[in-house]
Amino acid sequence: MTQPFRIAGGRLVAGDRPIRFLFDGRAYEGLAGDTLASALLANGVHLMGRSFKYHRPRGLLSASSDEPNALVTVRRDDDRITPNLRATQVELYEGLEATSQNRWPSLGFDVGAVNDVFGRFITAGFYYKTFMWPRAAWDRLYEPLIRRAAGLGEAPTRPDPDRYAHRYAHCDVLVVGSGPAGLAAAVQAGRAGARVMLCDEQPAFGGALLADEATIDAIPSTAWLDGAVAELAANPKVRLLTRCQAFGYFAHNMIGLVERLTDQLPSPPQGAVRERLWQVRARRVVIATGAHERPLVFPGNDRPGVMLSGAARRYLDGYGVKVGRRLVVATACDQAYDDAEALAAAGVEVAAIVDLRAEPPAAAHAGDIPSFAGHTIARTSGRLRIQSVTIAPIDAPDANAVRTIDCDALLMSGGFTPSLHLFSQSRGKMRWDAAIDAFVPDQSAEAEQSAGACRGVYGLGDVLRDGAEAGRKAALACGFAPAGEVPVAESRPWTGGYLGAAPLVEASRGKAFVDWQNDVTAKDLAQAVQEGFRSIEHVKRYTTTGMATDQGKTSNINALAEVARLTGRSIPEVGLTTFRMPYTPVTFGSLAGVARRDLFDPVRQAPMHGWAEARGAVFEDVGLWKRARYFPQGAEGMSAAVARECAAVRGACGLFDASTLGKIEVVGPDAAEFMNRMYVNDWTRLEPGRCRYGVLLREDGFVLDDGVVGRLARDRFHVTTTTGGVAGVLAMMEDYLQTEWPDLDVWLTSVTEQWGVIAAQGPLARQILAPLVEGVDISPEAFPHMSISVGSICGAPMRLMRVSFTGELGYEVNVAAGQAPAVWEAIWAAGQPLGMTPYGTEAMHVLRAEKGFIIVGQETDGTATPDDVDLGWAIGKHKRDFVGKRSLTRDAMRRGDRKQLVGLLTADPKLVLEEGVQIVEQAGRKPPLTMVGHVTSSYASPTLGRSIALAMVSGGRGRLGQTLYAARPGGDAPVSVVSPVFYDPRGERANA
Amino acid sequence: MLLIACPYCGERPEIEFAYAGQAHLARPARAEALSDEDWAAYLYLRSNTKGRHAERWRHLHGCARFFNAVRDTTNDRFIVTYKTGETAPGAGEAER
Repeated sequence: MTQPFRIAGGRLVAGDRPIRFLFDGRAYEGLAGDTLASALLANGVHLMGRSFKYHRPRGLLSASSDEPNALVTVRRDDDRITPNLRATQVELYEGLEATSQNRWPSLGFDVGAVNDVFGRFITAGFYYKTFMWPRAAWDRLYEPLIRRAAGLGEAPTRPDPDRYAHRYAHCDVLVVGSGPAGLAAAVQAGRAGARVMLCDEQPAFGGALLADEATIDAIPSTAWLDGAVAELAANPKVRLLTRCQAFGYFAHNMIGLVERLTDQLPSPPQGAVRERLWQVRARRVVIATGAHERPLVFPGNDRPGVMLSGAARRYLDGYGVKVGRRLVVATACDQAYDDAEALAAAGVEVAAIVDLRAEPPAAAHAGDIPSFAGHTIARTSGRLRIQSVTIAPIDAPDANAVRTIDCDALLMSGGFTPSLHLFSQSRGKMRWDAAIDAFVPDQSAEAEQSAGACRGVYGLGDVLRDGAEAGRKAALACGFAPAGEVPVAESRPWTGGYLGAAPLVEASRGKAFVDWQNDVTAKDLAQAVQEGFRSIEHVKRYTTTGMATDQGKTSNINALAEVARLTGRSIPEVGLTTFRMPYTPVTFGSLAGVARRDLFDPVRQAPMHGWAEARGAVFEDVGLWKRARYFPQGAEGMSAAVARECAAVRGACGLFDASTLGKIEVVGPDAAEFMNRMYVNDWTRLEPGRCRYGVLLREDGFVLDDGVVGRLARDRFHVTTTTGGVAGVLAMMEDYLQTEWPDLDVWLTSVTEQWGVIAAQGPLARQILAPLVEGVDISPEAFPHMSISVGSICGAPMRLMRVSFTGELGYEVNVAAGQAPAVWEAIWAAGQPLGMTPYGTEAMHVLRAEKGFIIVGQETDGTATPDDVDLGWAIGKHKRDFVGKRSLTRDAMRRGDRKQLVGLLTADPKLVLEEGVQIVEQAGRKPPLTMVGHVTSSYASPTLGRSIALAMVSGGRGRLGQTLYAARPGGDAPVSVVSPVFYDPRGERANA
Repeated sequence: MLLIACPYCGERPEIEFAYAGQAHLARPARAEALSDEDWAAYLYLRSNTKGRHAERWRHLHGCARFFNAVRDTTNDRFIVTYKTGETAPGAGEAER
């Protein structure tokens, strides 16, 4: 027989459908419906992993998503390797390949297990204390070593080839969890007519009902379950989601769900979506997430074969798997007696029931099983699997009363802990319920309600009633009248439980684990308390208990109770740590969705992008835009290309795609008044058909943006802004218009993408454009520098501006973006015989720097006034107010030692200074020394045949002619302070 | 993700909105008459309220309008939203 621990009757598996799979390279057989965990147990395999810190051999603790030990890596192919999956949630498929983690060379023999031997040296806070010194060793030595030794699974190294989808949904009632409480709630809300979503992490709905045997409404619970699910499926207003984890509760009833779609399939269809992230906005949420069974904290409680009693029951009833041949049950809770009875009835030998309680109640009926009340587990033995337990009476732990019992599995039950994770994430307040020794939800922060075991209501009948009531209330709150009967079942309340370390743990030398996933023992907690940690939040961080992917599902409350006991406080006094999302780990893929590779961030392409690409342009990112930086010819590098492009602009004509420039149309009877209030300039006296260089300040008086503004008509301005600044400028304009001056009749429209802008710059620009332009006389007399007019070019409607950011005669042809490529081609064809050359942003930068034109964000840094950057002339002298005016009158804004824009010429004409270099008054001085300025722009100027720089220097305009020094690592370089306008200071070329 | 009721469009998710700072700060009509200290206070001083806070939002990716809201900063609950220029219904001192 290939599955020696399998018996017939598992409700979740198909006994006639064997499935083959590999674990650590060895072939096994399981059944359809198995999880990897249940299939391995059916083969007698308990050892499934090594622990995080001590590398101790570990088996399964639980049967569900709260499993802390059995983390495995599943490999589908070279590209699809998923680490850290809980074996209890991995659904078996034909050919599944799983491997254990955190061991080398093998699971049975792991070198890292020496950590366990030296465990007393690596207790709580070990890393904090040990790897402090020397500082430099942390990055290079300690951290890589620790990361390698203390790992969970290994991250995949290749790109994830799978698809992930995002979906938004709205509903009246979202029910999380489909056990009896969740199902009853969903049924009630559905009958009332509400739009319901029901999600469950399991492959099928039902939760505990999937495996348990009970009677509901006088029929078998499995039949009731089938009926309820069928009713929901038939309701068109109900959406059912299985394999769907509610992982996070966000503000205003937004719940994050991850639905696993293909992980259970032997060969997922090509291109299928692997996971779907749901963002659900629910008017009401019913949390029905059940309770976690609590482990007992005794020495040696982590050996493979030691597991939760309810988990063993689940493996038996659900999967037809016996977790061992000879069991001992350790408990403080009645429920475990039921489990023991069921296992005994299935043919498992139950050697003993050990009850921590001195006098278990009558409900704790052991039948024929030898039972030891008032006893605890003193120790266990067995290296890769438990072999025996040693029990001792709590009152008289003397040698005579101690006895050792052979076993191959040890079940434990310390009672139940309501699953508060989602409720805690919703920022609800909890209260301590002393009657059931548990925190339960108290005050809601969101429109939600917990139902069933997750709020401490146990017993099937009570849970069904509680769930139904929650469903009715939720429907009612959404305006739907509840209808229908509440399901009825018998309730056998669970009683008993135990919190914290079991008796005799303190006296023992063995490790009694509180947190399996993070290898935290009762001694670690005691040590933390002894070292002075009192706050549970500090103890958590110091010992790592309740942290990481597990988020303390099985461990939190025991840790809390132990700290309470050690510090002599009550549990509510100690308080609960915050539960973090996600409830169970979420893949990066599902969070990223389609936002990967090309779709990671939007890319904006200017109209002439394709033309530039075809000519081999090198692009640079400017915000989201791709801009052509230069157009290399042959093997040309950037500096050679830029020199050639600059020479063409100065000597003939350059062609430049300026479409990314921000553009805002300001229209309305009050447009000029609005512009007057926003910009420093005086717009009243700007005649239609003329342009002006506009400067925009923030209210604090510092330069925010600049750009040429053309007045098309008395009530219409064509405003250009910097490429990166337009969104902010429009938002600021809208803010003032809507909230400060709602009386102004003005409309603002973003037209950046509507206009393609073709800049033709150079002495031959007019000659080239003249034959193409229609409806505008572009002669120097009729269309001087800083003109704007409307006409057409090559049949395309056009706004023509005569402007220059290069210092040369220049035009900017604005045409509809879709027509821009054709117009560009026409201009290109006309210009080529005259030496027209396309140029990129790098040449544009050099050309403007030669002219001393600033770039906002390069010369300015948010602390420059107009006067600082030599733009004081732009300010309208007779205006009563504009944004930032009042701030310019503050004393600090008018000091003579403010940094001012100047040009710098290095003594060595070949030396191109680094941008950002500091300027000092004396050479060769060691820090600290006074820095009087810094270089903002620096280039090799092809026009001047030498290097040039722009700088902001304290009192700079008063220093013309002075020699200062650029503080450079290779030695201070002498520079002379000059005017920032290096070329054509009288502006004759632009006015030509 | 917050759910915000735009007074013009109704409830919309937070990603459609841009935060725009404290509400009910009127730009001084005659700024030149203000002392430097008063002007600096207008520019830079903002309340850091625990509890009800009147603030501005803009439905940027919707109607693009600015509006006011009173939000409880301790729990992010919106108590009311209202149009620019209006006083918050049942307003406290900070919300006029």
